[in-house]
Amino acid sequence: MPPLLEVDALAIDARTEDGELVPIVKGVSFEVQRGEVVALIGESGSGKTTIALSSLGYTKPGLEFTGGAVRLEGENILTLPLDVIRDLRGRRVAYLAQSAAATFNPALTIGEQVTESAVLHGTLTVSEANTRATELYRALDLPDPERLGRRYPHQVSGGQLQRLMAAMALCGKPDLLVLDEPTTALDVTTQIEVLKAFKSVIQHEGAAAIYVTHDLSVVAQIADRIVVLYAGDIQEYGTTHQVINYPVHDYTRRLMAAVRPPPAAGQGDELTGAHEREAPALEVKSITAGYGRGKGGEPLVTVLRDVNVSIERGHVVGVIGESGCGKSTLARVMAGLLPASQGEVRLSGTALPPRLRDRSRAQLQKVQFVFQMADTALNPRQRIDRILGRPIEFYLGLKGANKRRRINELLQMVELPVAFASRYPEELSGGQKQRVNLARALAAAPEVLLCDEVISALDTIVGANVIELLKRLREQTGVSFVFISHDLSTVASFADEIVVLYAGRVVEQGPTDTVLSPPYHPYTRLLIASVPELRVGWLEEAMASQAAQAGIDRGVTLTDVGCPFFDRCPIAIPGTCDREDPPQQTLGMGHVIQCHRGDGETS
Amino acid sequence: MSDAHAPKPPAYNELPDAPPRRRIQLTWPGKVGIAVVGFWMIIVFTAPFIAPYHEADILDEALFIVPGSDEKYPETDFQSPSKVAYLGTDYLGRDLLSRILYGARVTIGISLAATFIAYLVGITLGIAAAVGGGKLDSALSRFNDAFLSIPSIMLALVVIAAIGSTIPILIVLTGLIYATSVFRIARSLGLDVMVSDFVEAARVRGEGLWWIITREILPNIAMPMATDFGLRFVYVILFISSLSFLGLGVQPPTSDWGSMVRENLAGLPYGSIAPLVPALAIGTLTVAINLIVDDVSAHSGGRLARRMI
Repeated sequence: MPPLLEVDALAIDARTEDGELVPIVKGVSFEVQRGEVVALIGESGSGKTTIALSSLGYTKPGLEFTGGAVRLEGENILTLPLDVIRDLRGRRVAYLAQSAAATFNPALTIGEQVTESAVLHGTLTVSEANTRATELYRALDLPDPERLGRRYPHQVSGGQLQRLMAAMALCGKPDLLVLDEPTTALDVTTQIEVLKAFKSVIQHEGAAAIYVTHDLSVVAQIADRIVVLYAGDIQEYGTTHQVINYPVHDYTRRLMAAVRPPPAAGQGDELTGAHEREAPALEVKSITAGYGRGKGGEPLVTVLRDVNVSIERGHVVGVIGESGCGKSTLARVMAGLLPASQGEVRLSGTALPPRLRDRSRAQLQKVQFVFQMADTALNPRQRIDRILGRPIEFYLGLKGANKRRRINELLQMVELPVAFASRYPEELSGGQKQRVNLARALAAAPEVLLCDEVISALDTIVGANVIELLKRLREQTGVSFVFISHDLSTVASFADEIVVLYAGRVVEQGPTDTVLSPPYHPYTRLLIASVPELRVGWLEEAMASQAAQAGIDRGVTLTDVGCPFFDRCPIAIPGTCDREDPPQQTLGMGHVIQCHRGDGETS
Repeated sequence: MSDAHAPKPPAYNELPDAPPRRRIQLTWPGKVGIAVVGFWMIIVFTAPFIAPYHEADILDEALFIVPGSDEKYPETDFQSPSKVAYLGTDYLGRDLLSRILYGARVTIGISLAATFIAYLVGITLGIAAAVGGGKLDSALSRFNDAFLSIPSIMLALVVIAAIGSTIPILIVLTGLIYATSVFRIARSLGLDVMVSDFVEAARVRGEGLWWIITREILPNIAMPMATDFGLRFVYVILFISSLSFLGLGVQPPTSDWGSMVRENLAGLPYGSIAPLVPALAIGTLTVAINLIVDDVSAHSGGRLARRMI
């Protein structure tokens, strides 16, 4: 019996404008057996998505199949006519895209969309499909499976939507699932629940799957076999056990090295006495901020409540929390983009005007903001030299040859060729753009850099390179950093101090080592436990532990009284935690935890 | 598997994903468009020098006397093309070719001026609404909606009936009427760019509003606005031609393609080409502009599509 899917010496080329063919996939062969999950792993541009899509007989526009075969149960689907392929898509091979939010139609109910493909293909009748969908909701651990189908996509959370995508793909009982980075955009706590659901449903259904990702630790949890790709070529191919535990190829080792180790004590850089303990470079004091205008100058929606953070000169303060916890809002308050309704922001001991336009140019110069998405943060109509030249001219008043020299210095500082000055942003890769983005902030010669999720959109290796660069820049320039991320491992590898935000409040803060070692705030503990580890079987262990289960599948609720983490906390004290604000426990070395539970109980 | 690759350890650099920026390359329909538009632009500047007669000249009967014929008073109107009048004559016996050549200046000149006014007013107010936001945006947008809801030809009829039809009035009126649609496009494009991170970055830097508008916003809406400019120009030509056709646009004896169609309609039953030639002129110009616009937008659209891959 032939394997379910056999990719045989597959070659895919891109046709350039001049009509030349540029190879994108260079003779890749692998197979997928029934009931098996094969992971395609590699960085962006490695051709992993292109290969995965070929199992649907599809290429993106501008690409063409130029050799090899893709056989589904022995039949080469590349030579099939389009209407046969169309019938096969969604029925025998189903595709799960990266962003569930972009895939669901907001105007249709979830049930209609989940059952649509199965009904269209005539695999199931409407009522059969609905029954099947309900079964799948239950298998995927979704809340209220009987009535979920009648809700609309905006009424469920992002993680739930991602699992509903799996239900959509599985509804018509396809032979093969193609999952394209299905957890990349998710928080660690959400990722773990989605992974668990995928894994159990794949096992339960006996479906085969191709799992595309750049994250080796995720692959270790879910795949049976791994195909490591680089530049359209297979570098290593073997079982998960082999590849993870005994990697043979250099590139695999490099990928593994780029995986940041799970956060643990002892990773943070030692605090050196080199930087004098004078007034902190930047300090926020009892900040309350939010959006909209409510009564009496209070914001309509409060996002941050009574937040205190201070950034010592030359230090890196990591701000961490799930999406929606207010970490970007904190950066916007610091930058002056969002005036706080209460509290103040101090720069070297002097209070800054809350509004951007009231701040002087010198004050603006000292606090620079690095935006998350380099793609949108660089003006596509300006060349790199103009993008970098403007802040130099604006803040430092340099012109002509001096300005050019400084631009070249900056490009060298972020390890880009000087020749890039004459390029447009779209002529750079994602990682290169992020470097320009950093260089622009550095051009102002700032004292504090606010980095908002600067590596979240980059893949592992590129992201690791940017972190290395940040470390070097910090040594060279002595700039203080506020480093915002939802990825605890990244923060742990770079920050001196960590601030853990939950629902707009600081639940724990202190030096990296003390935050990452017990006693923990229960939320910090959940975050640490949710970071995937690069070993087989981690997912099962993590799911079994109490800490991880606590955080699964609850939305973040902003509360006025009591501890915001109450309804997710495994050690909550009913009657106390939901009624009274948690007391602040100071544990020395600037380590602060806000929790009702005592020292011994939280660890 | 990996052994096959062992001999040459590749350098694992970040894989490039950005091909060199594409410059504008016109396809042949675009080139045809440019040739035709270029032709008409040359006519605009050289009409008085190359036209055989003046636009208002009624040709002398003597010119039409066929040698050897004894007819003293030949008909001069709606004559077929001949060596005297290469494209024949119109309903008053004027040379059609000269009127087409002179008419090009009026038609294209008025339309261009009106489109510029539409753009000046529309972009200024549209960007003001996008940047100002809040009450300014609401006020401008509602006013614009009210203006848009009046059928443009009706509005023009009323205004012209009230204050008369001169060329400056025609230009300003058409400009204002078309400013409403430019306003909408400029505002929505402006709003898109306003919320982008690079504008926010400029604001954090402390840049002034003027700098943000001229350096960050305008360059980013220029391409779609330029595409729209071509289309809008065509609409303006058609609008002014229709006004002239109704007798409210350019007044005689000044020639204008739209009014030329109308005044020569009576020639159709006689098989005269007089109403067809100006119609053809309007047709070539508008189609040519559209060919260019299509090419330019396909080019920018192609880049968009490529970015999505």
